[in-house]
Amino acid sequence: MDSELRELYQQVILDHNKSPKNYRIIEHPSHYCDGHNPLCGDTINIYLSIEEGIVKDISFQGSGCAISKASASIMSSIVKGKTIEEVKSIFEKFKDMVTGKLDVDLESMGKLAVLAGVKEFPSRVKCASLAWHTLINAIDKKQDAVSTE
Amino acid sequence: MESNIINEKIFDVEKIRNDFPILHQLVHKKPLCYLDNAASTQKPKIVIDSINDFYSTTNSNIHRGVHFLSEKATQKYENTRTTVKNFINAKSEKEIIFTSGTTASINLVAQSFGKKYVNEDDEIIVTYMEHHSNIVPWQILCEEKNVNLRVLPINNNGELILEKFNELITERTKLISVVHVSNSLGTINPIEEIIKIAHQNNIPVLVDAAQSIQHTSIDVQKLDCDFLAYSGHKIYGPTGVGVLFGKEKLLDEMPPFMGGGDMIAKVTFDETTYNELPYKFEAGTGNIAGVIGLGAAIDYVKSIGLEKIHKHENQLLEIATQKVSEIKGLKIIGTAKEKTSVLSFIVENIHPHDIGTFMDFEGVAIRTGHHCTQPVMDFFKIPATSRASFSFYNSLEDIDQFIIALKKTIEALS
Repeated sequence: MDSELRELYQQVILDHNKSPKNYRIIEHPSHYCDGHNPLCGDTINIYLSIEEGIVKDISFQGSGCAISKASASIMSSIVKGKTIEEVKSIFEKFKDMVTGKLDVDLESMGKLAVLAGVKEFPSRVKCASLAWHTLINAIDKKQDAVSTE
Repeated sequence: MESNIINEKIFDVEKIRNDFPILHQLVHKKPLCYLDNAASTQKPKIVIDSINDFYSTTNSNIHRGVHFLSEKATQKYENTRTTVKNFINAKSEKEIIFTSGTTASINLVAQSFGKKYVNEDDEIIVTYMEHHSNIVPWQILCEEKNVNLRVLPINNNGELILEKFNELITERTKLISVVHVSNSLGTINPIEEIIKIAHQNNIPVLVDAAQSIQHTSIDVQKLDCDFLAYSGHKIYGPTGVGVLFGKEKLLDEMPPFMGGGDMIAKVTFDETTYNELPYKFEAGTGNIAGVIGLGAAIDYVKSIGLEKIHKHENQLLEIATQKVSEIKGLKIIGTAKEKTSVLSFIVENIHPHDIGTFMDFEGVAIRTGHHCTQPVMDFFKIPATSRASFSFYNSLEDIDQFIIALKKTIEALS
């Protein structure tokens, strides 16, 4: 397989796609948001349980490509236990990483680094970002559903 | 191998491929296999040259100039109108309006016809398999004038349920706007029958020919359609140019869509009189080079022959359909009896977007997504499909490359 493609579809991503973490519904979420990507028809529902500014629980459901599903799965495992400020700061770094804006120190990105290959695929940046945008809207309790357009 | 022999008899694909400079390149180190023809077709050199030649030798604004270049440009532009007229067998050049594409053509009818003939509580009929460009312009009209949009349903093969047609038609139906060939399913709709039924009820019909004009010959007089819309770039011409055919009587009665230069006969601040057809609907300087390129594209297609094109493309579809049917977990979306060379499919547990990216790395350009037909996706309860669409410049080798790439992709993503 081509190395650029292998970089995008790392085994970790394929594994998350097949068995995503936190792929369930939280019955009484404190925060919730729908997101969708009109370009490819991806949809995601994010459920949160936030207590005293800390993400106690997070889950998601939806349909999407391997990149969007893996991104949501990795995101859910990373933000659990973090404060809202920490989540937002990780999101900013993540955005810079997938859009290739800055030379992000991949070491500091932890598990999220597997999504760095997305920056070579402009049409797939939205796939990787959908879960994050939806999460931030859920946290900010924005009523409108997220659209990546 | 047998199919190879049949293929040779229809025409020489290799020779035709030489007319298309873009096809001879590597993508991700693999030979380009372009199977996204329903989205846009590639341009033969003769079309590229005609545009280049126009800008190099003839460029000028048309219609009002008295100088040499303007007259020459006008002549080329108007000659293309005749080419288009003859291509679809319209009665007169007055019935041929140049627009920026199918979308613009449909919007023109929705707004202009809508203004004149459609009133509160009236109804417009479209079908479930319309491209968004034949849904949204009507929704805008519906909102503006409190009109109802009614939708002819489809069955699981992706065919119109024509029996429901009579139930939908009422005395309030003002227009039926129907796609000739579905871009996401490939279905060829029985527009002759639709037009017949519509006319029995005195309802005019708009045919969206964006996906049919490049595959099958269309005779608007024989069809008796009232409007027909198509885009240049789907028939091997440039982007940004399209055609609206309308029956002269209707166009004549319809108010202008846009105001501006060229569409007027006389302007004073008290009163403006509009130009005659077709200029009444061509405000502002149009895509002159694009129109001339479209003329060259139509001449090119005619020189090959739509019948031969249709045969070859059908053969490609048949072979590809048979080969993908053998792939486990793959389901074809759009299994109508009458189809053009569009092959939409889904693969169990693999998202079309992932398939598209993997195929790209095998040099294969297919389209993935909802293809601007979200109601069709909703009907089949899927978010998207992968779609390969074949042109007459595609060869049996292209089909082989496509199938090998698809199998490799599925294996990697399973």
